[in-house]
Amino acid sequence: MIPFEYLRAGDPAEAVAAVAGRPGAAFLGGGTNLVDHMKLGVAGPDLLVDVSRLPLDRVEETAGGLRIGAAVRNSDLAAHPLVRERYPVLARALLSGASGQLRNVATTAGNLLQRTRCPYFQDVTTPCNKRVPGSGCSAAGGYTRYHAILGASEHCVATHPSDMAVAMVALDAVVAVLGPGGARTLPLAELYRLPGDAPQRDTVLEHGDLIIAVELPHLPFARRSAYRKVRDRASFSFALVSVAAALDLDGGLVRDVRLALGGVAHKPWRATRAEAELRGGPATEDAFRRAAEAELAAARPLPGNAFKVAMTRNAVVATLRALAEEGR
Amino acid sequence: MTVWREAVGTPAARVEGPAKVTGRAGYTYDRPVTDPAYAFPVQATIARGRVASIDSAAAAGVEGVLAVVTHRDAARLADTGDAELAVLQSDEVGFRGQFVGVVVAETPQAARYAAGLVRVEYEQRPHDTELRADRPGLYAPEQVNGGFVSDTDEGDVDAAMEAAAVTVDRAYTTPMEFNSPMEPHVSVAVWDPGERAPGGGFAEGARLTLFDSTQGPHVVRSTLAQVFGLPPERVRVISPYVGGGFGSKGMPHAHNVLAALAAWAVPGRPVKLALTRQQMFALAGHRTPTIQRVRLGAGADGRLTAVAHEVVEHTSAIKEFAEQTAVGARMMYAAPNRRTSHRLAALDVPVPSWMRAPGEAPGFFALEVAMDELAQACGLDPIELRARNDPEVDPESGRPWSGRHLVRCLREGAARFGWAERTAPGTRLVGRELVGLGVAASTYPYYRLPGSRAVVEYEGGGRYTVRIGAADIGTGAWTALTQIAADALGCRLRAVRVEIGDSDLPAATVAGGSSGTTSWGSAVVAACRAFRHVYGEQPPAGAEAGADMPDDPDAERFAMHSFGAQFAEVRVDADTGEVRVPRMLGVFSVGRVVNPRTARSQFIGGMTMGLSMALHERGVLDHRTGHVINHDLAEYHIATHADVVDVDAVWLDEEDVHAGPLGARGIGEIGIVGAAAAIANAVHNATGVRVRDLPITPDVLLR
Ligand SMILES: Cc1cc2nc3c(=O)[nH]c(=O)nc-3n(C[C@H](O)[C@H](O)[C@H](O)COP(=O)(O)OP(=O)(O)OC[C@H]3O[C@@H](n4cnc5c(N)ncnc54)[C@H](O)[C@@H]3O)c2cc1C
Ligand code: SF4
Repeated sequence: MIPFEYLRAGDPAEAVAAVAGRPGAAFLGGGTNLVDHMKLGVAGPDLLVDVSRLPLDRVEETAGGLRIGAAVRNSDLAAHPLVRERYPVLARALLSGASGQLRNVATTAGNLLQRTRCPYFQDVTTPCNKRVPGSGCSAAGGYTRYHAILGASEHCVATHPSDMAVAMVALDAVVAVLGPGGARTLPLAELYRLPGDAPQRDTVLEHGDLIIAVELPHLPFARRSAYRKVRDRASFSFALVSVAAALDLDGGLVRDVRLALGGVAHKPWRATRAEAELRGGPATEDAFRRAAEAELAAARPLPGNAFKVAMTRNAVVATLRALAEEGR
Repeated sequence: MTVWREAVGTPAARVEGPAKVTGRAGYTYDRPVTDPAYAFPVQATIARGRVASIDSAAAAGVEGVLAVVTHRDAARLADTGDAELAVLQSDEVGFRGQFVGVVVAETPQAARYAAGLVRVEYEQRPHDTELRADRPGLYAPEQVNGGFVSDTDEGDVDAAMEAAAVTVDRAYTTPMEFNSPMEPHVSVAVWDPGERAPGGGFAEGARLTLFDSTQGPHVVRSTLAQVFGLPPERVRVISPYVGGGFGSKGMPHAHNVLAALAAWAVPGRPVKLALTRQQMFALAGHRTPTIQRVRLGAGADGRLTAVAHEVVEHTSAIKEFAEQTAVGARMMYAAPNRRTSHRLAALDVPVPSWMRAPGEAPGFFALEVAMDELAQACGLDPIELRARNDPEVDPESGRPWSGRHLVRCLREGAARFGWAERTAPGTRLVGRELVGLGVAASTYPYYRLPGSRAVVEYEGGGRYTVRIGAADIGTGAWTALTQIAADALGCRLRAVRVEIGDSDLPAATVAGGSSGTTSWGSAVVAACRAFRHVYGEQPPAGAEAGADMPDDPDAERFAMHSFGAQFAEVRVDADTGEVRVPRMLGVFSVGRVVNPRTARSQFIGGMTMGLSMALHERGVLDHRTGHVINHDLAEYHIATHADVVDVDAVWLDEEDVHAGPLGARGIGEIGIVGAAAAIANAVHNATGVRVRDLPITPDVLLR
């Protein structure tokens, strides 16, 4: 049996202290990712600090926005009336992920910090720079169907698997963190890293940093938002590519837009170039296509996932088209 | 001759249903045994070579570990002729994932942890796992699965192709596929050691009891008895409840031997072994990938002059299994010139084995898509094309059909499915979805395997017990046998209790080849008749009579096959290429249906598996390492509920008077045959894109 200790933290500060004080310690949310990794030998924490029952399980209204506790379950968040009303993109993204059973257990913070589904990462018999830095990347020259087309490096071509995070990045979410050095906030888009030469680090968090909440800012036009997930089967599969979008129309013009892509990079990919192309321009299919192409100009597909470029472009166009039609 | 009265043909509820839904049905791993220990395997991490050294000290030192067994100290087996079952007998490694050791411990967790600490050094040799049609070393097997010849050649296919007005000549591929039953492969081994022979052999008096999740307790018993050098009566295999198999539990695999070796190493302790889902991808059999060339030649009227089906597939270098992929093409359509062949590549891959409808399932993907291509080329409706080529007699044997109702199935299905609404390829756009309809034919042979025996005992009080060492792997066989016995005895269903799933019961053949209900059922009918013959209607309590399955003289005189028509509607997202299947219908001709309720679930289960084969399933072999890299159910996709919307099956109301006393031809496998082709053909109708390689994933249809 893999020996480890288990501690149920009484409050966030205790949890932070417990993890910060021990290099082999890890926070435990719903455990749907971490416990799998322990069984597979991918992770071997010697102390699990359970933060799933901390009083961080509320969704609170802020000035026009929402503050989502780190321990709120994915199912509860998806069903929350204010989420459904103000941020349908988030509700849809959550419901497109995993399965009902998993969503009942998975937490908001755990979902953000779930690790890549790269099969080589999950198989300890194969080299992987993310799992064992310097051992090599098995995906290069291997099975890359679910791998990145944007922002990858020679060291790692993995994608971030979360659907929820893609919607949150589109919504300009901010993460509240309590660390050994105190509390801080940072934009969710800046939480995630590109792999570069340190693919073992998914995020900028340091050991002992506890996510305590995600804040969604006031964004009225997000009431018209959508999540489109393209996948190999109708449910219970990770995105080949996904699109989170919110569209603000002014007649036939795009007043404002939020666009983020999933399944294409080491992080949820905020499509800032496409957004810039679109803002102030016509809300037409041609314009949507040009914007998607502008974003994807930087795409560097791998042998085995070249289809993702066209698939992403089409998914972006389809999502924006549907939102524009909804607005007419 | 017919025997049915009230029970056969009625939708009796599953006899074991209440036990299953209330959790009282004891599956193998949950078997209470005294003081069990737990085994966890150590698997090879190279695809070919030999074990150079093993360091098990760290594993042995883990608290609770009772034994670490490797090829150096495993008990010697009596028969190592079957390399798949020659577990831990040498240092050779023939595929990645093969067993190179096993840890036995007080808990499953300790065993698993310790197994991860066993350090194995290898002397690696170059391996080859890649199937290609142009690779050197392809060979014709002596025979293919089912005992068929590998190649047939009738007339002159090349000349006929040359002369044909219309031809199709295409390559089709199917990937490596995995049975993936819900319950994994599980064995619980209990030795009664007798005298232990010097050197750790299985000496006089040793007895092995194996609780095993299997499709055939008797087959496991006879095979393991031989492997361990024990008389069969000293091996007992028990498995009343089995959580699915789809062929992967049809014959014993290496884990059965490993469990017994592990238990032998810890005298006095029963040992439980359950493969993990990941391990099943290397150790529970799989369907070979196939590369199939189909050539069809026809007149302008669509009448076939040539059918050639040539298949390249793999087997494991350590053991041959030759899927009979092209065999169905020998009997399906009338064409004077016909050729079929199978070529194998012996690769450093796990051992392939049976998976639902071996042969027909991949073979009819290729053949029936090719027929759709021919219909298109001839400008004919695909149903009409099949009707024009429906042979009067079996083209292969020249024998009359016991009942060939393919065309009736096709026409019946066309009417029910709304086939007339089908439009030209790529012309029906509903919203942002392209809609199409497709059809394919289906067939499966009538197998009745010799070797089953049933015994009937009168318990008194109006109650009978029927004993036969058969297996119900979720098919409904248990219920069907109860119905058959009740009719044959002329009593109520609830007066009969059928005992199955134990090799101490009379011999029974494997639950495979869709032969269970017909083979075991005819033995049950014979036993019930023998019983009434001896004891009449007023038997004394304890009266008992048995009978073997009788011979089937008609089997030599008739060509006996079931047939079916598969229909599918698909919707293809015009933006993303995602395929969804809102409707499927199967119309089957299978002789008598013993139980419409369980039969329906066999049909729609098979069709669902066919849908999964069409759109989802693909084992990805990484040729650098030699293992299936998407080896879990998150990454190896099987259709989910959301993919399976409206799957319906109906059947012709008939009886095959030549198919034994039941008039039934078997139903377990035909549902998968042709289903993938119907979907591929519907995708063509929707999009105009012809997909010849499974699975049909969105990228293929992206525009
Ligand atoms: C079969 C399967 C299919 C799936 N399909 C999808 C899918 O389609 N889309 C999708 O988006 N997801 C999918 N998932 C992933 C699922 O969403 C994640 O497993 C889940 O969201 C993780 O949440 P958790 O609370 O269980 O995290 P845990 O497993 O408990 O933790 C994950 C990580 O987060 C860390 N952590 C947890 N809480 C905190 C905190 N408060 N602060 C700092 N660190 C913390 C842990 O230490 C760990 O490293 C799937 C999972 C499975 C098993
Ligand atoms: S892509 Fe990244 S996670 Fe996958 S094998 Fe390479 S380094 Fe590891």
